[in-house]
Amino acid sequence: MTATPGTTGLILDEPLLWERGRSGRCGASLPPADVPESPLDPALCGEGPSFPDLSEVDLVRHFTRLSTWNFGVDTGFYPLGSCTMKYNPKTHERQAALAGFAAAHPLLPESLCQGALELIWALERDLAEITGMDAVSLQPAAGAHGELAGMLVIHACHRHHGAARSRILIPDTAHGTNPASAALCGYEPVAVASGPQGVLRPEDVAALMDEETAGIMITNPNTLGLFETQIQQIAAIVHAKGGLVYCDGANMNAVMGIVDMKAIGVDVIHLNLHKTFATPHGGGGPGSGPICVTAELAPFLPVPRVVRQGDGLRLAHAAERPLSIGRMGAFHGHFGVMVRAYSYIRSMGAEGLRRASTLAVLNANYLRCRLKDLFHLPYDRPCMHECVFSDRHQAPQHVTTLDMAKRLMDHGFHPPTIYFPLVVPGAIMIEPTETESKEDLDRFVAAMAAIAAEAGQDPETVRTAPHRTKVRRLDEVRAARKPCLAG
Amino acid sequence: MRYLPHTSQEIKEMLAVVGQDDLEALFDPIPAGCRRQGLNLPAALSEWELDAHMDQLAGGNAVAPGAKVYVGAGSYSHFIPAVVPYLAGRGEFLTAYTPYQPEISQGTLQAIYEYQTLACRLMGTEVATASHYDGATALAEALLMAVRKTGRPRVAVSRLVHPHYRQVAATYLHPAGYEMLELPARPDGTTDLAALERAGEVAALAVQSPNFFGCIEDLAAAAAAAQGGGALMVAGFTEALAYGLLRSPGSLGADIVCGEGQSLGLPQSFGGPGLGMLGSRQALVRSLPGRLVGRTVDQEGRPGFVLTLATREQHIRRERATSNICTNNGHCALRAAIYMAALGGTGFARLARLNHDKAEYLKGKLAAAGHPIPFGAPTFNEFVVRLPDGFEAVHRRLQQEGIVAGLPLACDYPELGGCYLLCATETASRQDLDRLVKEVSS
Amino acid sequence: MKEIEALQLPEDLRYAADHEWLRPGDPARIGISDYAQDQLGDIVFVELPAVGRRLERGEEFGTVESVKAVSSLYMPVGGEVVAVNTGLEAAPEKVNADPYGDGWMVEVKVTDPAQIEALMDRAAYFKSLAG
Repeated sequence: MTATPGTTGLILDEPLLWERGRSGRCGASLPPADVPESPLDPALCGEGPSFPDLSEVDLVRHFTRLSTWNFGVDTGFYPLGSCTMKYNPKTHERQAALAGFAAAHPLLPESLCQGALELIWALERDLAEITGMDAVSLQPAAGAHGELAGMLVIHACHRHHGAARSRILIPDTAHGTNPASAALCGYEPVAVASGPQGVLRPEDVAALMDEETAGIMITNPNTLGLFETQIQQIAAIVHAKGGLVYCDGANMNAVMGIVDMKAIGVDVIHLNLHKTFATPHGGGGPGSGPICVTAELAPFLPVPRVVRQGDGLRLAHAAERPLSIGRMGAFHGHFGVMVRAYSYIRSMGAEGLRRASTLAVLNANYLRCRLKDLFHLPYDRPCMHECVFSDRHQAPQHVTTLDMAKRLMDHGFHPPTIYFPLVVPGAIMIEPTETESKEDLDRFVAAMAAIAAEAGQDPETVRTAPHRTKVRRLDEVRAARKPCLAG
Repeated sequence: MRYLPHTSQEIKEMLAVVGQDDLEALFDPIPAGCRRQGLNLPAALSEWELDAHMDQLAGGNAVAPGAKVYVGAGSYSHFIPAVVPYLAGRGEFLTAYTPYQPEISQGTLQAIYEYQTLACRLMGTEVATASHYDGATALAEALLMAVRKTGRPRVAVSRLVHPHYRQVAATYLHPAGYEMLELPARPDGTTDLAALERAGEVAALAVQSPNFFGCIEDLAAAAAAAQGGGALMVAGFTEALAYGLLRSPGSLGADIVCGEGQSLGLPQSFGGPGLGMLGSRQALVRSLPGRLVGRTVDQEGRPGFVLTLATREQHIRRERATSNICTNNGHCALRAAIYMAALGGTGFARLARLNHDKAEYLKGKLAAAGHPIPFGAPTFNEFVVRLPDGFEAVHRRLQQEGIVAGLPLACDYPELGGCYLLCATETASRQDLDRLVKEVSS
Repeated sequence: MKEIEALQLPEDLRYAADHEWLRPGDPARIGISDYAQDQLGDIVFVELPAVGRRLERGEEFGTVESVKAVSSLYMPVGGEVVAVNTGLEAAPEKVNADPYGDGWMVEVKVTDPAQIEALMDRAAYFKSLAG
């Protein structure tokens, strides 16, 4: 057997949950019934859900085996572009699990939840400081939820000043969530093409910006990993027509303590605490998507707001905030995620955060320079936190980005983001983050070099990858034609 | 800093590869006018300093066992078996991204498929999504789905749906110009369905059961009223445990079922993250917002799982997607799956029964002590009680002792001055409940 | 993907620039060309309009989905939809296997027959693809 670096070992099979266990087992202990049974109209009662009955041992084996089929940041290098898969510090889990946080009811009287309010208040101030903005709401539950909150703020502001506008400018490099979030406010997205240098040109924005356009949604650094160098001129054009500038802050990890978002003309920016602030992605969430705004937009932020009063903190509700867009979630947002992000900021301090951004940019540029002789680099310029290659050099061998991404798994790496941004056909978007050491980056470069060589010498092996994973490529056509969504 | 591995020697070598002299030069593309000069943040803490600081902040909140909080209203105190956080905390689950690369994400994918299955069995639906942020946004998404599906711009929502959920739905619906009508309550604490006839043509009727007052609604009658007028029946919930005892909303005719799954093994965590649950009939699957995991096979015929029906989603359909949602609450769904499996069908039903009985015990004792129960409809683990004039002062005094004797309702329901929403789950002992009755009546 | 020369392009059909075909008649039948199905790859879902809908030329009448893409379907002529191919609901793969037969999509009562004349014939469509 030829060993492929990074993958060798035992993979255990495991059936579906309900194929395990025996009726009558129970994996949890129930408290004794110390009150009398009380009758309930039998017409209201069901038979109870048909969950499988398992012992605690059944349960532990089942989910432990499942977990071993996953690849996480704890497992290895995860250079997924635009997702900032940095290391998630373990002390954060300890802090979030403290009973004083984990068991706190969201509707506690204010005098009984000063600790939670203090954390929210302090984290809002920290995020305002880090971005340079004036006010923050932690209520949005994820990045896209923050985008929606930000768009609602812009919508409410325009309506307050007269007319709700009907269009919004969105660059062609934007995440899909941008147009989807804007559409929920009734805005029609208008695409702005990025210029030949991979960044927006002021003249292209000027040609589209008018008084029916609410503003622009811009990602900076953008999804090509480039800083939007003309951002101040673009913001001035948008502001001159009464528009507002929304910044998708998904890529904030490149510029903590480096860029002043208010100074560059941003009116609203959302952050992803689960990217920049090192909270775990959890296999798809929960995240947290705070929005940071200028003082002018602060009255429109979601309610309730945490405000200081005398020595304590209290919640200001809709009656005190008549211009607010309203409530974005049932309670205060993803507080458990906030505890982790707050712990991160306290652990890092100002210098640590700036250092993290600096090393994230160093790592991305290092990979850019090490890989550009092997793979086509459409925008060959110094980058921020990520760089975007394509499969153009491998096209003659009929090896695609997808094939190479799958082959990386055999080498023990998570693939980069692929086929995004859309402006680069066959895009390979690599974001190493600052928590990866030089030797891990070098190992990744070696794997990429091996795959590039293999694409020339043995393309079939690349085209049929992965070979060493739990399952091979899956039949997505069958999944979509005849959906089987529950067992 | 322990998360930053670079040595100064390595930095030097890497800068040489990049062709720069120093780290600051990496930011040369950023114009001078865009720069931030120095952050004013508190000094970095060591791990043990952080522990002390966080212990102090956490200590500023009243929680069990020192405090007794008899409030539910969308967030419920339930015992969480140690096996749930232990398994969910495994790094392979916790530190993975969304399972876009199925070959190395089968753990997350199979677990979410299992969650979807158990969620369907709980809600009585044919399909369930991989999760939403919380019960409130799940309701908002369900209402928008009904608007798209029917082409009607108005929805009818019961006044007995959690007030915060109605506020969130309004936030989502109003900017696009959709209208939300409110159906009033009947004297027994359930929704006045007759008012639906006067509401005219609507896309959806949304009713929560058990409702905000804990009362069990007649979902079958609501479904008949909604569907009779061509609307979709949206059944909501804040207490998922109720369906261990009650008939499921799907089995009673709901087209869409949505609610909060916090009770399924998630800590209350000051209100989040929770678990937005959303399911529907199979026929509506292509209109559902949010991710779905489906079962398929790999190229060698082995069973496996993938994210599927992705063309509904924002990364493909952009502004025409069924929702803007991307990151959801997948890890909370994983926890819920582990919790539901830990209890099993037998345990879940017994726990639900116990919750019902605890609240009935408290309700009975309060009534016997002379406190009126204003609504006659059966309830699950929370209910409304009217307490005597001047009880506000008692409520405040009890707070100082760490007892929260229910949630005053007058803020959200001005007509219910003097009424409190009380909750009792399995975590309250009979002794606790007896003491509460005594304190409230003193 | 097929070479242009390998595409099936029947002589008796008219073609639109958006790759829909139309078989003249009363009603006229509409689908997507061999070129379109080949470009889209494995089709997993087809969404079609309600019978009775009146649509203008160029208006969207439905969508066709592969695993990772959605494409709009546009009316090559204006008219009233009198039938839709309900068989595609359970078997969208028919569009790939037999785009001009079992994979047809809608039948319409054409408002203005002159619009049919304005569509491309086989030779013109082939030229546009080869162009």
